[in-house]
Amino acid sequence: MAEIHLNKVCKSYGDVDVLFGIDWTIFDGEFVVIVGPSGCGKSTLLRTIAGLEKITQGEISIGNRVVNDLEPAERDIAMVFQNYALYPHMSVYDNMAYGLKIRGLEKDEIERRVNHAADTLEIRDYLDRSPRQLSGGQRQRVAMGRAIVREPSVFLFDEPLSNLDAKLRVQMRLEIKNLQQRLGITSVYVTHDQVEAMTLGHRLMVLNGGYVEQLGTPIELYEKPATEFVAGFIGSPSMNLLKAKISGDGTKAEFSDHNSLYLASALPSQANRQVTIGLRPEHLMVNKTSQANMSIKVNAVEHLGADTLAHGEFEGCDEIVTLRLHGIVMINQGDILPLEIDPDKVHIFDTETGKRLE
Amino acid sequence: MLKRVHFGPSVLPFLLVGPQILITLIFFIWPASQALYQSVLIEDAFGLSSEFVWFDNFIELFEDVGYWESVGRTFFFSSLVAALSMSAALILAAMADRIIKVVLAYQTLLIWPYAVAPVVAGALWMFLFDPTLGIVAYTLDMFGYDWNHKLNGNEAMTLVVFAASWKMVSYNFLFFVAGMQSIPKSLIEAAAIDGAGPLRRFTSIIFPLLSPTTFFLLVMNVVYAFFDTFGIVHAVTKGGPARATEILVYKVYNDGFIGLDLGGSAAQSVILMMIVIALTVVQFRYVEKKVAY
Repeated sequence: MAEIHLNKVCKSYGDVDVLFGIDWTIFDGEFVVIVGPSGCGKSTLLRTIAGLEKITQGEISIGNRVVNDLEPAERDIAMVFQNYALYPHMSVYDNMAYGLKIRGLEKDEIERRVNHAADTLEIRDYLDRSPRQLSGGQRQRVAMGRAIVREPSVFLFDEPLSNLDAKLRVQMRLEIKNLQQRLGITSVYVTHDQVEAMTLGHRLMVLNGGYVEQLGTPIELYEKPATEFVAGFIGSPSMNLLKAKISGDGTKAEFSDHNSLYLASALPSQANRQVTIGLRPEHLMVNKTSQANMSIKVNAVEHLGADTLAHGEFEGCDEIVTLRLHGIVMINQGDILPLEIDPDKVHIFDTETGKRLE
Repeated sequence: MLKRVHFGPSVLPFLLVGPQILITLIFFIWPASQALYQSVLIEDAFGLSSEFVWFDNFIELFEDVGYWESVGRTFFFSSLVAALSMSAALILAAMADRIIKVVLAYQTLLIWPYAVAPVVAGALWMFLFDPTLGIVAYTLDMFGYDWNHKLNGNEAMTLVVFAASWKMVSYNFLFFVAGMQSIPKSLIEAAAIDGAGPLRRFTSIIFPLLSPTTFFLLVMNVVYAFFDTFGIVHAVTKGGPARATEILVYKVYNDGFIGLDLGGSAAQSVILMMIVIALTVVQFRYVEKKVAY
């Protein structure tokens, strides 16, 4: 049972600052995901929780115990590494039993726990094998088994699925989610893959350049991205982020002379200012009957079967817009598509600060 | 099956390998065959006539207690040298692996002894320990220990072992450091999270994963101690006192060039050659297979 508190956690390597005052409370039993592009500091943050990196400022506590100066072994955590980090000279059984032997558990107890974990992960048949005889997915299970047997109060995952092929990744993703639900152990999961982040986490932290962009549930992040960065990062295909000018009365966003859209509520404070408008490809609709004042000329069409993606640009400005239409829709290159969108699904960001405007 | 590429007959390949083959023939094959030939001959003291005696030289050698003593001494010497130089190198490498700053300078300094010629290394140690003018002998004397490797056979052996090991530490160190750096860092981190302290990590993770390197070095060190230590022995003790440091390579020289028993000396060389061949086979057979995992 453990809550994790991060209090103004800073990390720098010499003159290079990597993390800037991260504050977060991860509740007991929660599954949180830290997501961000490579080099954003997400792995570093995880490693500071694990104790593999010392923080330069701030405080980390696990289960009401400040762990700043504790060794990884004393923090009651288990970690699954990206490359699995299985000990190549030991059998699967010994890999899983290693941590327990060091802690001086009775032989019977070790055997009971390893067998139990092996049953849970369905790797009972491989216990005598050495890691190099296993496939990627099996190694991944062993790595998780090694974490489970310890019965730690926190699980840490460092991009555990990125070495697996796409199909196996989906399968393991579900398994990790089920396992975490069953065990109810506080888990922190790091990934650069937004699909993993959205599907796994109760809550997400979007990290960019060492700063927290947004904290929230997957749905919050999708529906109300706090910054332009989050808007572009969450969702696939990613959100259209278009430069526009707010009209003098604050009711319209104008992309060009011929293209504009009405806002759900007027923004008089932003009148005549340059803003960034975010439109999700799946929220854009083609409407030939209405008096749409937005239209694109199609440049390229991609048929995915379940969806059709159309890429085009507004007349009078060269911004590329992608829309995602349900099912197979016959569109040709060069078509002019009149577009419509529910005003509630329009996101507006300050172009300078990247912050959401409402 | 893949089709083999065939080239037309050409002299170029022969020209390219020619020099190498010539050097091998003149400097290796010819002397080795001469040694083989000499080992079945017996020569008079003035080198005027020689007689073909089949394997008499070998039989005489195997019946000679002095020869077997030298064999035992050589094994004792080479196991000590291998153990000492490898364990020292392993400790140094483990420490070098942990330090972060000035690691390059540290490693470079440690490699220097390897660049020192065996005779120079021997001379260095001889001067340090010389009973009349050596600084170490002088220091030992202050502690009441009367060091004299010119009289005491055990002290002579100790000195030769130290001098020979010292030179090999650098070589071993390089390989151990390279071996340790090739161990993924996440393995060490995983062990740390599993609760293993630095010593436990070393004994249960790092050392087992180094086993291919260790085995390779063991063979190399034995080969070194058997064959490349002539210079050191010659500079430090000349095989003495009373043959206390007369290892096999030194005995070849002593019997052949001092004792002028060319046939017996050649027979000893042949045996050494066979040991080298055996060690090389072991090396190729097992190192290629990757020991332990």
